[in-house]
Amino acid sequence: MSHPSSLHWLRRRKLKEGIFRVLMAASVLVVIGCLALIMGTIIWKGLPAMNLSMITQTPKGGYYLGREGGILNAIVGSLYLASGATVLAILFSLPVVLYINVYAQKRSRLASLTRFSLDVLWGIPSIVYGAFGFIIMIFFGLRSSLLAGILAVGLLEFPIMSRAADEVIRMVPNELLEASYSLGATRLETALKVVVRQCLPGLLTAVLIAFGRGIGDAASVLFTAGFTDRIPTSLFQPAATLPLAIFFQLGTPFPEVQQRAYASAAILTVLILVISLLARGLGKRYTRHIIK
Amino acid sequence: METRTHISVQDLSVYFDELRVLTDISIDIPDHKITVIIGPSGCGKTTLLKSLNRLLDPLDGVRVGGRVLVDGIDIYDPRTEVTEVRKKMGLLSQRPQVLPMSIYDNVAYGPRIHNHIDKKRLGEIVEHYLHMAGLWEEVKDRLGEPASRLSVGQQQRLCLARGLAVGPEIILGDEPTSALDPQSSQNVERRLIELKEEYTVIVVTHILRQAKRIADYIAFLYLGELVEHGPAAEVFANPKNPRTRAYLTGEIS
Repeated sequence: MSHPSSLHWLRRRKLKEGIFRVLMAASVLVVIGCLALIMGTIIWKGLPAMNLSMITQTPKGGYYLGREGGILNAIVGSLYLASGATVLAILFSLPVVLYINVYAQKRSRLASLTRFSLDVLWGIPSIVYGAFGFIIMIFFGLRSSLLAGILAVGLLEFPIMSRAADEVIRMVPNELLEASYSLGATRLETALKVVVRQCLPGLLTAVLIAFGRGIGDAASVLFTAGFTDRIPTSLFQPAATLPLAIFFQLGTPFPEVQQRAYASAAILTVLILVISLLARGLGKRYTRHIIK
Repeated sequence: METRTHISVQDLSVYFDELRVLTDISIDIPDHKITVIIGPSGCGKTTLLKSLNRLLDPLDGVRVGGRVLVDGIDIYDPRTEVTEVRKKMGLLSQRPQVLPMSIYDNVAYGPRIHNHIDKKRLGEIVEHYLHMAGLWEEVKDRLGEPASRLSVGQQQRLCLARGLAVGPEIILGDEPTSALDPQSSQNVERRLIELKEEYTVIVVTHILRQAKRIADYIAFLYLGELVEHGPAAEVFANPKNPRTRAYLTGEIS
């Protein structure tokens, strides 16, 4: 190649590099901008309605017309519901992902069928889980209740948690499993003592992602958990949730109630943030043994 | 000389799908000696080693023909408990694989699985085997630290202690020094020579000089076949098979 043309080539390569850099910077800006815009809107619109009684009181009579009270019912309801659903999802997710990664052979048909099913389940809209839960409720003669909500949201969380956990556990090197087997450990001992330990931070993230989806979902609880102004005292009572509280408050014609919807949204966001930070801090204590 | 043997391989063939990796291997591994399996890379050395404690099991598409007798029991018999087979052997892999836990817990892993032991006794076991692996002095003040913080050479000796703590009769080493610096390699080699008093040692290596340093008995594998085996001095001084001679002189590698 002659000298001038190679110089031309170099200039083209530099140009490509430059264009790509600008694109990346722009994308990052969009991501951060979106987050800032959403947070800003919620806080800007919700701040005037934010006060202590929002998070310490249940709705008083005429709350949805702009009178006294708060959304403690929805905060507690959401926490109950998402916690229950997350525990339920862990109980099913962990055995599934340990099975397809430790027990099943790498090329097993059952394992790939399981992964495919989880992907499909992940893609199902949450309103369908709500409708499905509703059918089951009718079948068993259940009414809208915390229990029914937990079942529907648990079902929604299960594929999300499983797939996220699967991606983490897949990364465990085969040699690590062999080290455990060669000491005479069974598959179960290897799964629980080595794999779960090695993957703990990743598994925690999987649980958090699922929890976040569960606590923020409105459609799956619409028919199943119902809505109430009281804090549920048993699994068979209906439960209020923050997403539905936001939905109902936004639907009123009163501006001050609509403001409260934004305040509720801010509470929901902060709640997820606090739980994430807590879990991460907790997880840090268990990461020191991990093999990199 | 005692001719008892822990491990007797009889007509062993191993297939990965349709590919035959090992062909009709028959060999009796002598007790309380270091048997070194040599051969060029890809000749099936590691596969042979892994077939001895059934680590081939978890791999996909593996078929095993023939028999491997450990203490007279065919380990590929479906009635044989695989965890009991593996308990008889400690494995050192190419790269040391410490478990994601503390130094102490790494050594205690095996004993905790296999027996119900009280804390005091477990502490004694851990100390004993760390001594045996020549690691105690370096780690005695930081047993609670993550094993991953040790140097690679220390990790390999920790893996040795961990394997010994299960109470095996046999030690398997799959190129156990290949990831280590010369000094650590020497350290591990020295341990293996000490250990043959009490254990039967089988080591895979592609380093001929290492084989000459530590081997009592040599098995030469080439393209999945056991070409020659016999006492190390004889094989090195006077190989019977032309392919062994060619490998030892560096004509094939």
